[in-house]
Amino acid sequence: MARLTPENVQRARDTISLYPVARSALIPLLHMAQEQDGWLSEEAMVHVAELLELTPAEVYGTASFYDMLFTEPVGRYLVSICTNIACLLEGAYELLEHAGSTLGVRPGSTTPDELFTLEEVECIADCGRAPCLAVNWRFFGDVTPDGFDRLVARLRAGELSDEVPPHGTLSRVRRTVGLPARAEGGRERR
Amino acid sequence: MTTEVAPIVTRRLAAQEPWTLQSYLSDGGYGALRKALTMPRQEVMAEVDRANLLGRGGAGFPAGRKWSMLRKAEPVYLVVNGDESEPATFKDHLLIERDPHQIVEGTLITAYAIGAAQAFIYVRGEFALGLERMIQAVEDAYGHGVIGANIFGSGFSVDLVVHPGAGAYICGDETALLESLEGKRGFPRIKPPYYPAAIGLYGAPTVVNNVETMSNIPWIVLNGGDAFAALGTETATGTRMFAVAGRVNRPGAYEVELGKNTFRDLVYDPKLGGGVRDGRELKAFVPGGASSFWFGPERLDFSLDESKVKGEGGSMMGSGSVIVLDDTTCAVRAAWRLVRFFHKESCGQCTPCREGSGWLEKIMRRIESGHGRPQDLELLMDVCDNISPGVSWPSRWPPNMTTICPLGPSIPPPVVSSLGMFRDEYLVHVKEGGCPFG
Ligand SMILES: Cc1cc2nc3c(=O)[nH]c(=O)nc-3n(C[C@H](O)[C@H](O)[C@H](O)COP(=O)(O)O)c2cc1C
Ligand code: SF4
Ligand code: FES
Repeated sequence: MARLTPENVQRARDTISLYPVARSALIPLLHMAQEQDGWLSEEAMVHVAELLELTPAEVYGTASFYDMLFTEPVGRYLVSICTNIACLLEGAYELLEHAGSTLGVRPGSTTPDELFTLEEVECIADCGRAPCLAVNWRFFGDVTPDGFDRLVARLRAGELSDEVPPHGTLSRVRRTVGLPARAEGGRERR
Repeated sequence: MTTEVAPIVTRRLAAQEPWTLQSYLSDGGYGALRKALTMPRQEVMAEVDRANLLGRGGAGFPAGRKWSMLRKAEPVYLVVNGDESEPATFKDHLLIERDPHQIVEGTLITAYAIGAAQAFIYVRGEFALGLERMIQAVEDAYGHGVIGANIFGSGFSVDLVVHPGAGAYICGDETALLESLEGKRGFPRIKPPYYPAAIGLYGAPTVVNNVETMSNIPWIVLNGGDAFAALGTETATGTRMFAVAGRVNRPGAYEVELGKNTFRDLVYDPKLGGGVRDGRELKAFVPGGASSFWFGPERLDFSLDESKVKGEGGSMMGSGSVIVLDDTTCAVRAAWRLVRFFHKESCGQCTPCREGSGWLEKIMRRIESGHGRPQDLELLMDVCDNISPGVSWPSRWPPNMTTICPLGPSIPPPVVSSLGMFRDEYLVHVKEGGCPFG
């Protein structure tokens, strides 16, 4: 719940350098902050504003527009169940209800152990495997109620930690090419 | 019977780890880029023009023409739209995850043709795996020397950045996409200017093209625009991916030849949709994404030709998604869910879109849950008319617009279609105080 770590500040600078205009790096930087803390704290957003020479209000204004960016804490696992048309036709609302009772929370809330946040979402473009859901944006298709319970049990047991990194981590592959050259020790050589 | 043609964009999807550079190279990958870089830029553009490749993102604008409309100024940008979020559309997702190099190669060729030194691929934020594959592809392509300075010694240089979205359907609209790429909220821009080709990213002339559009470019360069135009019909050239979803036996994304095949092929061909599930009857289908007017079974034989679907059908193929509703599906519930989507995703800038979608959602919900009133049917049409004046059933294309972006007029189609086709079903909901489908 903090400012970006020195390592992430370096990553942020690298990311900014890829764009003709610094502000374009805002969403990537917000994802980075969310990867660090699991959500976007005020301190992190103020720090991002400093790095981009924006006002905190500009950063917050953008952050609050996008569904994937959370300005309040969420669980380690964000369970996003699609109820849009293709999934609706395959029982998505029944699945959502089942998920609520398995996790003991209503959509939009987090379990007391802070492990799971349940949310209802729009189409996640995996409709060939309806009904489907995502956990931290890793996709699971053709989900039955039993299948859901097994998935939750495996997540609880930590069996899927490779497939499903903690909330906030999108790509684990990082851009390395075309970044500013740097001397040993991480200082930038301009 | 569906025509048998060799696939273009899905050609490699079933290969072993088709997303790797090694797999791509073993298939002749980046050969089209090598060839393009030996051609004058105008010649590359002319091939794409001859192909008559219509944009695959929804609006169906000819790619070659779009490129030639660029305002003459420096710099020029290329932005590839991988934000795919239209309900029941899931073709770009597949291309991004399984053949990212094909998109990268198409992007590089296009950048060369239009003279862009900087390109962006905007990937929907939710596509975590897609982002990983795309970023890896770009890394590897730099390593292989096909992105960066002086590619293949041609003197052409370009940089490419993979940019993540953060969850907002509206960012699929090209002007909202550019706002988002500039680090702002995804508010569609007020027109004029009508085209990013005049004023786009950072105010510079910009081409925005869809991921599937880009995926066709390497093939067109290798085989020629005429070979592409020889597929399909005069008005609907080449092949296209269709996401077939809903109550079919084999939901999936399939590439078929345009013009010569029909919606019936997509739904019933055993190699495609495989027919309606459980031997049920097809009640209606949504021919082109949530924003399109619905078709009844009598229109199954419409050919996959945007000009026909619009002209004779009064609808559109739009995003390339076909949603099949069977006779166990409640039309009111299906339409309500689509309206709810638009209400949630409206960016709120225009009153008819913001308020109208809210009204429609509320009235539809009340009818579906059995609390509707007879006059609600009129009211629904009234609200639709406020959003898109003159909207009627049977539908006409294009709908009138009162809003900044086409999301506004996208809201009435599910309401107007379901009401036009299944008025009795609405009346039963109202009369019996509940949904007859349970
Ligand atoms: C609300 C809305 C959502 C859209 N979503 C997408 C999308 O997800 N992907 C896409 O390529 N085009 C989408 N479009 C169309 C784009 O504005 C634009 O026409 C397209 O990206 C241009 O590429 P193309 O000419 O290659 O099709 C959307 C348009 C609107 C109005
Ligand atoms: S039509 Fe709707 S989504 Fe489009 S700009 Fe207006 S309010 Fe926003
Ligand atoms: S409708 Fe659920 S993933 Fe598309």
